[in-house]
Amino acid sequence: MSTSTAPSPADAGQQTVRPDRKKTRWHYDIIGLVTAVVMAFPVYWLVISALRPNHEIRSYDQTLWPSSLTFDNFARAVKQENFATAVQSSLIVSVTAVLGGMIIATLAALAIGRFRFFGRKSLLMVLILVQMLPPTAMLIPIYAQLNAMGGLDEYWGLIVVYLVSTLPFAVVMIRGFVVNIPVELEESAMVDGCTRMQAFRRVIFPLLAPGLAAASIFALVNAWNEYLFAYILINDNSKYTLNVWLMTFTTERGTDYGALMAASTLIALPVVVFFMIIQKKMAAGLTSGAVKG
Amino acid sequence: MTAADTKAAGPPVPVPRAPEPDRVRKGPGRGSPAAGPRQRKKGALLPYLLILPAIVAIAAVYAFPLSKTVIMSFQDMGRKELWTGDAPPWVGFEQFTNILGDGEFWSVTGRTVVFMAVCVTVTMAAGLLIALLMMRLTTWVRLVLTACLVAAWSMPLMVAASIFRWLSDSDYGLINTLIAKVVGEDFLGHNWFLDPKQGFAIISLLVIWGAIPFVVITLYAALTQVPKELEEAAALDGANVFKVFTFVTWPVIRPVFTMVTTLSVIWDFNVFGQIWLLRGNKPEPEYETLGLYSFSKAFESTSFSQGTAIALITVVLLSGVAVYYLRQLMKTGEVE
Repeated sequence: MSTSTAPSPADAGQQTVRPDRKKTRWHYDIIGLVTAVVMAFPVYWLVISALRPNHEIRSYDQTLWPSSLTFDNFARAVKQENFATAVQSSLIVSVTAVLGGMIIATLAALAIGRFRFFGRKSLLMVLILVQMLPPTAMLIPIYAQLNAMGGLDEYWGLIVVYLVSTLPFAVVMIRGFVVNIPVELEESAMVDGCTRMQAFRRVIFPLLAPGLAAASIFALVNAWNEYLFAYILINDNSKYTLNVWLMTFTTERGTDYGALMAASTLIALPVVVFFMIIQKKMAAGLTSGAVKG
Repeated sequence: MTAADTKAAGPPVPVPRAPEPDRVRKGPGRGSPAAGPRQRKKGALLPYLLILPAIVAIAAVYAFPLSKTVIMSFQDMGRKELWTGDAPPWVGFEQFTNILGDGEFWSVTGRTVVFMAVCVTVTMAAGLLIALLMMRLTTWVRLVLTACLVAAWSMPLMVAASIFRWLSDSDYGLINTLIAKVVGEDFLGHNWFLDPKQGFAIISLLVIWGAIPFVVITLYAALTQVPKELEEAAALDGANVFKVFTFVTWPVIRPVFTMVTTLSVIWDFNVFGQIWLLRGNKPEPEYETLGLYSFSKAFESTSFSQGTAIALITVVLLSGVAVYYLRQLMKTGEVE
């Protein structure tokens, strides 16, 4: 469309369109803001409830705005039994699973992205199919298997499950980055006297790093959020992960919502931060095509 | 990790994009006949060594237990066999005939399908509308909306479930207070979960709210791939909004839309944590979907074989959808 100011038929048409479009835009913006409020409201309610004094939490007349703010709920949440061990469990399990997952995934991604070998396509297919399996369907056999191997109530059982569940996404994502690195770079490094390993470490790895970062944050968030397997495979209170620990706020006598909301805020906070980070990476991936197949 | 969790955290899936030629693979250069044989010769074993850890890990966590599922479903494994390690007796198809002949199984299946259908329909419709809306927003409004979507998206499943449980609390929940104030009806003390229909309405709200951000952001990414010129040309030629959408926009975003729908079907079919937590870790039978049903058969009635048989039936029910998803992936060139 022409943007020149010269009087022309097209321009005349545009001038009648312009105010019109502005008007409709204004309407859309209102709807957009309303949608934003609706989507954000539960998050607002979480944070505001966590900061509300207890007499307001237990009030029959809930108000949208708190009368005063307090950190009492956070204090109660943190003092709750097993908070420290739950943080520790979540960290141990998530970080180990992600580190292991990234190593295995990088190796597999290199193989798939760099070599054409028999079974390459089927490996990708298996990875995607594995992702499609309903976790509730895998729960019982994995439970029985870990029980037989003495892996119940042990971190390693959970770590292995999380590690494997991060593999499909990580392999597929890292492969996208591998494919975008020209082989010539690697070859010239090897011509210059690098071994294959050195070529990988000095040339390929730095170029893979952004992809690895994005994939590992994604995997970390997933492991941090996982509930079902953590609930079933770990029965020892002192080994609960944070999500399972959240249930301790619900007792026979009722739920301590103030503390529950405070604890939930604490658990969600790192996820929100990570999400802000990957959000950009994902947007970049979407536009540059880095998240290839 | 689990289907339900991926929903809270975002998709561990290749984010589908508008189809684009796979230039790296099909282009000349790497992988072309010239480069191929040399590489193959040089590293005939290397790729297999590289994928070996992945294969072993997947086999350990999925393949082996999956085959065990199949075996267990033809046995009668209870608590005794689990703890003593004795071989459970073989019962043939008894578990399957028992389950398929049980009216409860069919009502659970029906409930799961209806729940999934409602959630997926509302999610996809709302998601598409919001994505289309985002194309028409002023930049700062779009940024605000994106921020709110990301905030909702990043809520861990368990946290989101806690929030909705608090919102729908019978005594102190905001929903009841608001209804009492706005509608003027006495809703204080109303328990939403006494009637499963109302209970599922709250659960659906939670599921849909949690799923919309992913759908919107993915569809919005697809919409940005629609050539602006085409839309403008169609509008200039006199096509109205709906016609532009049907003939220009829809064909471009359709592959992404179907893929996201397929994923939503799989996720919503497997909803577990949301129901589990909203029902205070003790879901009543009226709240059981297939996942919970299989779980309660296995762990509460300690009939692991019945549980695995139900799980297997779920896999079979979903495998059609999964195969469809795979075919879509192949078609759009995500997997060569």
